[in-house]
Amino acid sequence: MKIRVKVNGRWYESDVEPRTLLAYWLREDLKLTGTHIGCDTTSCGACTVLLDGKAVKSCTVLAVQANGREVMTVEGLERNGQLHPLQSAFWECHALQCGYCTPGMLMASYALLQENPNPTEEEIREGLSGNICRCTGYMNIVKAVQTAARKMSGESQEALEEVAANGASAD
Amino acid sequence: MALRQTELRPMGKPVGRKEDPRLIRGKGRYVDDVMLPNMLYLCLVRSPYAHARIRRIDTSAALAAPGVKLVLTGEDLAQMNIDWMPTLAGDRQMVLARDKVLFQYQEVAAVVAETRAQAEDAAQLIEVDYEPLPVVVDPFKALEPDAPIVREDREQKSNHIWHWEAGDREETDALFREAPIVVKQQVRFPRVHPSPLEPCGCVADYDSARSKLTFYVTSQAPHVHRTVLAMVTGFPEHQIQVISPDVGGGFGNKVPVYPGYVCAIAASLKLGVPVKWIETRTENITSTHFARDFHMTAEIAAREDGKVLALRVKTIADHGAFDAAANPTKFPAGLFSIVTGSYDFKAAHVEVDGVFTNKPPGGVAYRCSFRVTEASYLIERTMDILARRLNMDPAELRLRNFIRKEQFPYRSPTGWVYDSGDYEKTLKLALERIGYEELRKEQAEKRARGELMGIGISTFTEIVGAGPAHTFDIVGIKMFDSAQIRVHPTGKVIARLGVRHQGQGHETTFAQIIAEELGLSVDDVLIEEGDTDTAPYGLGTYASRSTPTAGGAAALCARRIREKARKIASHLLEVSEDDVVWDGTAFSVKGLPGRSVTMKDVAFAAYTNVPEGIEPGLEATYYYNPPNLTFPNGAYIAVVDIDKGTGAVKVRRFLAVDDCGNVINPMIVEGQVHGGVTEGFAIAFMQDIPYDADGNCLAPNWMDYLVPTALDTPRWETDRTVTPSPHHPIGAKGVGESPNVGSPAAFVNAVVDALAPLGVEHIDMPIYPWKVWRILREHGVTE
Repeated sequence: MKIRVKVNGRWYESDVEPRTLLAYWLREDLKLTGTHIGCDTTSCGACTVLLDGKAVKSCTVLAVQANGREVMTVEGLERNGQLHPLQSAFWECHALQCGYCTPGMLMASYALLQENPNPTEEEIREGLSGNICRCTGYMNIVKAVQTAARKMSGESQEALEEVAANGASAD
Repeated sequence: MALRQTELRPMGKPVGRKEDPRLIRGKGRYVDDVMLPNMLYLCLVRSPYAHARIRRIDTSAALAAPGVKLVLTGEDLAQMNIDWMPTLAGDRQMVLARDKVLFQYQEVAAVVAETRAQAEDAAQLIEVDYEPLPVVVDPFKALEPDAPIVREDREQKSNHIWHWEAGDREETDALFREAPIVVKQQVRFPRVHPSPLEPCGCVADYDSARSKLTFYVTSQAPHVHRTVLAMVTGFPEHQIQVISPDVGGGFGNKVPVYPGYVCAIAASLKLGVPVKWIETRTENITSTHFARDFHMTAEIAAREDGKVLALRVKTIADHGAFDAAANPTKFPAGLFSIVTGSYDFKAAHVEVDGVFTNKPPGGVAYRCSFRVTEASYLIERTMDILARRLNMDPAELRLRNFIRKEQFPYRSPTGWVYDSGDYEKTLKLALERIGYEELRKEQAEKRARGELMGIGISTFTEIVGAGPAHTFDIVGIKMFDSAQIRVHPTGKVIARLGVRHQGQGHETTFAQIIAEELGLSVDDVLIEEGDTDTAPYGLGTYASRSTPTAGGAAALCARRIREKARKIASHLLEVSEDDVVWDGTAFSVKGLPGRSVTMKDVAFAAYTNVPEGIEPGLEATYYYNPPNLTFPNGAYIAVVDIDKGTGAVKVRRFLAVDDCGNVINPMIVEGQVHGGVTEGFAIAFMQDIPYDADGNCLAPNWMDYLVPTALDTPRWETDRTVTPSPHHPIGAKGVGESPNVGSPAAFVNAVVDALAPLGVEHIDMPIYPWKVWRILREHGVTE
């Protein structure tokens, strides 16, 4: 089947088998290998991308379902050579180790902050509960999302450094 | 925290990771990202039975299916003489089953097709005629005389693999005969799986024109893989290049060689094109190697004042169908004899018997130095049982029995020589930081009200960093590790090491070690691992061995460079070598600190202005054989509250105080502790891989084998004491596995402590809510 999908701001046309999963189409046809696959039960969230702005697990979406719609992957986060605040916060807060969950975590966090620009620790933990990380124990991921939220809402550099150094309170 | 790392003397600083810029952009290159022209996909056909005779395999329909290029069975591999492969534990394992299958999901055939989907479709068309056989899943039943024999290929017609013991039986028995107090507990460490987020996989690329096999594999030990593959396939080792690209977590899962790898290589050799095999999560949990599954019984003999005298341990180790434990050759039960832990026992005797069952092979060292996790859990659990028997506070019992600071180096009753530690200081810091006395008061008040609150302590001692090479080898290869440093004319450095990180941050920490030794910055040093054509030989990254072995190699290799640099510096400074001093950032003339040259000046001279009699260039290689293991340790305290209505356990607080010696990067150490405690938490509360009586795996995916999410995971608190390793070049010990080794006992001890008023002495992991709920109801406790 022929599909036309806008990915990271650019339209792609493709002829796919109807059963092709969005994750494999992104990875193997478009060579956007930042989207990872970690399970076969929609449990891990490594494949999380945005479909029309909503976080979806692209291993459980058919490529044909994305026809005519807009997809954003981890490769679309960086703009004009500038890291997205979430990306730099993950780096600063040591929110990744092996990095395999990171693209999915970043995209789920992005969707979370779109909906809730100032989430509490509990809201972050719940918002990311569809994404599994086997390395970090999540503390630094939570800290990174808090740091990014503050960066995106334009808080001062001192406050950001304070968060990076000590973590943020849950309120 | 600085993300550009241009400052000198970076040791001990929380410098940002050099690997992150690519990973946060989705530009990591993991093995499934390797996409080569004309690449085919391999899918494995697996057995639905745990034990069955294979009468016939019909591949005709699969061969006729769209896109299929090749089907392999055990018979095909036998013709290539690769139907069996050695395991790292000295056993052998079928690559594709012939004659009979020994566990559910065992590899029976391989299909190679143009696309992943075509390979999966065709795999379903392979018809295998099975004759089911009686199944044995319980290792105790496997030892009974009438048990079905799992391994008919062995001369020995029994399911018993080996018997291994350590310590002194007679001395131990004598102390037990006279001891006034003896406690005994049977404890199971469940069958768990490392389950890194990236499953196992490979791309085998045989180029017949160059007679070269390039093998991309998600590997923790690429050099060992190259050697094993050369041994299995007979392919000359120098014509095999193993490339372990970015690795999406390992935790021990990616140390062994798996049948899928051998099949992909066989297919590539036959077809002359690249062949990719990536396992699914289900395949990962059900066939690539599990960990633990130790059935242990411990007895402690003690005096009435709590002083421990002797320890006796008997263990049945369930290895599944093949003994595929990743253990050093002379240690079939790994380093399990570290089981005397942090306590000064007069004697100990430890016995382990390995057993075959109709279950997947293993067990690997999951974030663990070869069974130290089982050992640590057992002694820390049993010490709590002794404390309960004596009606003594578990912290007090530990303080009375610790190996004292002045006893190091300490020879344990099973023969290990502990390098250093200050257990009392570490526990006391933990007690103070958690507010232990106040918590005990709160607990007493809550108990009076019928509320269930528990405090659990684990004061573990780890044993990591194998070598030394005279004691440890894997498939005969001595357990040293290596570093090679090349300083370019402009003073920039590339360093290659024999280990392979999977998230530990070697690109940063090893750069810190080398930059510190050479007076450079972290940005000046590029670390490269995972390519066997470029890196010096090494045994790989697992068992917290990278910093103790390759970290030592990196420091000593850098010092070798510095020694040569000193000669060049003396030439540049026009003084004799004896008058040149190194101050950490530059060489200067003794007594004239103003006259100095930096490593960058020296590097340039090494290529442009070489003194007579000195070899040009500036590079060195160091193969480091550590003189001993290192012994990280820690004091962990868990505080839990139990919901009487549901049996759910809430971990209210968890404090990990670690002593991993000198710290290279505190940010990374803390991250390792967070991650390891999370895995220990999962093991304590969520994880087991059970099998039914027919050998069906009941937790074959992440719907049933639970991995904790951000919502499940408590907040972790960390702190540190520092007792440098006296024998390690930079005094470091390693930390990655400590939190996974030390934490399960703290969690279980806390839950048992909460339930102690009911007379509960032990609960086996995983502590599911229903287990607690049932205990509460049995004791008449309701909401």
